[in-house]
Amino acid sequence: MIEARQLRKSFGAVEAVRDVSFAAPNGRITGLLGPNGAGKSTTLRMLSTILAPQSGAALIDGIDTRTDPLAARRALGVLTHQSGLYPNLTARENILYFAELHGMPRPERLRRADELIEQLDMREFATRRVKGFSQGQRIKTALARALVHGPKNIMLDEPTNGLDVMAVRNLRALLNRLRDSGHCVLFSSHVMQEIAWLCEEVVVIAGGRVLAAGTPDAIRERTGAAHLEDAFVSLIGDAEGML
Amino acid sequence: MRAIWTVFRKEFLENLRDRRTLTTALLLGPVFGPLMLSGLLQFVAQREQERLDKPLPVAVVHAERAPNLLTYLKGYGVEVTEVKLSDEAAQNAVESRQHRLVLVIPEDFGSRLAEQSPAPVYLYYDAASLDDARSLRRLSSLVSKYGQTIAQLRLAARGVDPGVIAPIVVQGIDVSTPRSRAETVLGMLSYIVMFAMLLGGMYLAIDATAGERERGSLEPLLTTPIARAHIVYGKILASCAFMLISLVLTLSTTALALSYIKLDGAGIAVDFSPSVVLHMIATTAPFIPLGAGLMTLIASFTRSYREAQSWLGIAMLVPTLPLAIASVLGLKPSLATMAIPSLSQHFQLMAALRGETLPLSWMLLSAGVCLLAGFFICWIVSRLYQREAILG
Repeated sequence: MIEARQLRKSFGAVEAVRDVSFAAPNGRITGLLGPNGAGKSTTLRMLSTILAPQSGAALIDGIDTRTDPLAARRALGVLTHQSGLYPNLTARENILYFAELHGMPRPERLRRADELIEQLDMREFATRRVKGFSQGQRIKTALARALVHGPKNIMLDEPTNGLDVMAVRNLRALLNRLRDSGHCVLFSSHVMQEIAWLCEEVVVIAGGRVLAAGTPDAIRERTGAAHLEDAFVSLIGDAEGML
Repeated sequence: MRAIWTVFRKEFLENLRDRRTLTTALLLGPVFGPLMLSGLLQFVAQREQERLDKPLPVAVVHAERAPNLLTYLKGYGVEVTEVKLSDEAAQNAVESRQHRLVLVIPEDFGSRLAEQSPAPVYLYYDAASLDDARSLRRLSSLVSKYGQTIAQLRLAARGVDPGVIAPIVVQGIDVSTPRSRAETVLGMLSYIVMFAMLLGGMYLAIDATAGERERGSLEPLLTTPIARAHIVYGKILASCAFMLISLVLTLSTTALALSYIKLDGAGIAVDFSPSVVLHMIATTAPFIPLGAGLMTLIASFTRSYREAQSWLGIAMLVPTLPLAIASVLGLKPSLATMAIPSLSQHFQLMAALRGETLPLSWMLLSAGVCLLAGFFICWIVSRLYQREAILG
């Protein structure tokens, strides 16, 4: 369970996040939807303890990220905006490095890495250096790395960027599998169709505020729009005076 | 602590696979510096050899016509070989390098000398050969000196002071000794060692900070449950390891290169035995944490790999500044100068070369100041990593 309570964060004069509250429950895929610059990445960074909120609280399984960041990080797997892999290490070494940073004993690290390589269908390239990987291979490796310590909560920042249709399908299957096993999956995107396709819960944010939250159907009903896209446009348009 | 070790191992391994890091750490510093140094020393040693009077072999035709001249020449190390050659044969002998120099005394040499009119001698040589040109200069200056002596005697016989034909005499006094000449060159060792050491850790310092941020791998790293300070210490330690490797390699290759140069013949004695090398490593190594910390600090402030590279290029000159200033001011090792990092390393390197031992308290002061400064810088870097701006 990932929870944001009235999060606020500004960088100098720029107020990136003004007031963001939502809860992403276990066993559900929650999408954070918003245009570029809406405050999605900043919100995720506060949830992943990389940034400290100015006010409000971020909770991972009820653990406040500010009072116990290390415990919060153990309960959380993060796939950042850039996959951020080490080009001179192999995919497997990238995974093992993070397992070691998570303090897992060696036999467990090896077992877990093999398990993930199997699950994510990475055998072909697991022992190759990351330099020269395709975007899909990178995402898989980064995802395996984020999942290596078996976190209950998974957060992905625009994971579908640069993926082809097949890779997106694979990612969806994987996220569904995580949801079915009771994980809390939170991911951000600015692509409406993706959110509609993947998520059961949607949080629409723009200008650093939550505009709407709920199932896609609920949001459609609330805005009186026939499609989620129209609902999205009407919400964002209201918020930013775009239309 | 385990996290520091984990980060260290990964950074070390990853950079061992990076060609740029490897070539600068293992090749650029440790090979080119010592090669340059030993090349220069070889040059100095050669010059020393030439300063020593080597016997100068000269073939003389009709030596019997100028016995006094030949006695004079023999007195100055000329090895006279009496030969019987026609003018043409003399020329051929030089061309074919059978003789380097052939001095021909003409028949009227004695009579012209007695008449006090200019008496020519003929000297065959090959100007195309540099070596012979040097011998030629030596021989002709000896012959003209002999002529000057005769001129002075003639003036004296006429009651004229021989000094009148020598209004100005330049007397060069070379106060350098072979050892001091060699030391000027060996003083470069400090620069070479410093540069090689800093170069060794430079790319790792950049890669671990600006590089990690640019690649976007810093953010995932910061989501792992380890303290940011430990990440920083692991990275700095990996930089230190590469610097140490560079240091050991540089001094070892220098010792190896110098062992191939014959310095004894030139009167230069340099002790580069394994124990001296070990001593040098021990006195220079305390600078490593300071150097690694400084490079990591600077690289942490930059926005990109390229920016870090250009800033560090400039920063690498900073540790050589005390060396340059000290040599301009002619500073000598003292308790006070031992508190200046890099300068104290320079003095200790030079002392080790000369086989001198500095007081133990000086060595401890040098190591202590360097290590303290190094730890302080590393602590500052770890504080820097607590800031949110580190994400760029």
